[in-house]
Amino acid sequence: MVSKNEVLHTAKLADIGIDTSELGNFTEQLNAILEYFDILDTLSADDVLERPLVNVFREDNVSTSLPQEDVLRNSHNPEDGYIRAPRVI
Amino acid sequence: MPDIYNAFLSRIEISSSVSGPLSGIRVAVKDNISTKNIPTTCASKILLGYIPPYDAHAVELLKAAGATIAGKTNMDEFGMGTTTENSAFCPALNPRDVTRVAGGSSGGSAAAVAGGLVPMALGSDTGGSIRCPASYCGIVGLKPSYGRVSRYGLIAYANSFEQIGPMAANVADTAKLFSVIAGHDSRDSTSVSKPYDLTGLYAGIKGKIVGVPKEYFGEGVDKHVAAAVTAAIDRLEDLGAAIREVSLPSLQYALAAYYVTCTCEASSNLDRFDGVRYGPEPEMNLPWHDAYTSVRKMGFGPEVRRRILLGTFSLSAGHYGKYYVKAQHAKQLIRRDFFRVLTDCDLLAGPTMPNVAPKLGELIADPLQMYQTDILTVPVNIAGIPAISVPCGTAHGMPVGLQLMGRMFGEDDLLNAALAYEEAI
Repeated sequence: MVSKNEVLHTAKLADIGIDTSELGNFTEQLNAILEYFDILDTLSADDVLERPLVNVFREDNVSTSLPQEDVLRNSHNPEDGYIRAPRVI
Repeated sequence: MPDIYNAFLSRIEISSSVSGPLSGIRVAVKDNISTKNIPTTCASKILLGYIPPYDAHAVELLKAAGATIAGKTNMDEFGMGTTTENSAFCPALNPRDVTRVAGGSSGGSAAAVAGGLVPMALGSDTGGSIRCPASYCGIVGLKPSYGRVSRYGLIAYANSFEQIGPMAANVADTAKLFSVIAGHDSRDSTSVSKPYDLTGLYAGIKGKIVGVPKEYFGEGVDKHVAAAVTAAIDRLEDLGAAIREVSLPSLQYALAAYYVTCTCEASSNLDRFDGVRYGPEPEMNLPWHDAYTSVRKMGFGPEVRRRILLGTFSLSAGHYGKYYVKAQHAKQLIRRDFFRVLTDCDLLAGPTMPNVAPKLGELIADPLQMYQTDILTVPVNIAGIPAISVPCGTAHGMPVGLQLMGRMFGEDDLLNAALAYEEAI
């Protein structure tokens, strides 16, 4: 069982925020879904995992990028070619 | 024609001056596929006002083929849902019965085609999001093999599963749209060079071995839906296919493995939405965690927040081994099961969905029950193989989809079989 405190902690890790009024409902739904996931725990993890997908890398050559002004156009706070973000400290 | 089905989030007419196979054809594009200078929201408030500075590879190819972009279609927010009720901008309605959902998450694309607003549309399929609405609305939808269509410009939800694919009123148009979008793109590191040649399309199923996995007719499949699909499989036999019952025992793990993996990937992929580079402006004077939390809480709907919570939880210390690692082992078993049966069989057949389109509001309150309706579509996303949904009659007065699944890069067999079936009914 996942407690309300664990749900609150997870929401904090993910920066998504939860109101007290939503907490009960989210906790109940998460518990029902996680209980359904328990079937996976009946599997052994001894098998070697194959990697069916292979990343294809290109040579690290310089190529054309999007124009800076196009990329900055969607931001609310562009400044000198950078984007301002909320303060970190 | 007015959009009475909420199929579109934005309607435009951007025609291409190029002459090509799609000249003069209006194509709708799902709103999680980037379109240069046209708002792209993923049906989320967190992308309100976002205007992509570039086209997705699939959109570049549409334009190069002469297509007219007819608008951006409604969807479940970020592709998370089975009914398009998780759109932040009202659900899409099913043109066959407007009191029912269009399916999801590409519900707007399906409603636009089924409602006669466009002849074809692009959708994306992470766990059934092309095939489900195709089945519910009575149209054709193809989920390509993983890697066959570039994901460049597709806003990621669960990138190890998802593919852009074609949706249309019939198999020939589906094949035509697929022939335009399939092919290599160096900007997607999982892209493969497997173009599709439309001149190879013919109505052909004679001599093919079609496996029918018994798990596709198990508990939870509506008996009227099962009857319509069984009749369709009988028709394939009349057309010269050899029908064989097969079993994929690992499918009991498929839904859990899918939801663990897709929520884990979503929790990472959706981390980028914080309002800094696009979307609602964060409060600049707050500490950054508080500023981002406020933007994300307001900008994401309940299902997106639920999936981010699930994914973050499944990846966190102490739970990773029980959920994420075990899900990867389950995926391996499922892949092996499919590859084993597809050694002997050319194709597999079963229902696309276990039900017909539910009424609006019927499933939205119970997320687990909604997830369970994906039980027959998620397995092929796990295996990476292609699958197509073709209309095959009705149950409870609503369309039913026949799902054909094929070998990796076996879309030609799928489309030929689907065309043979379509011509025979």
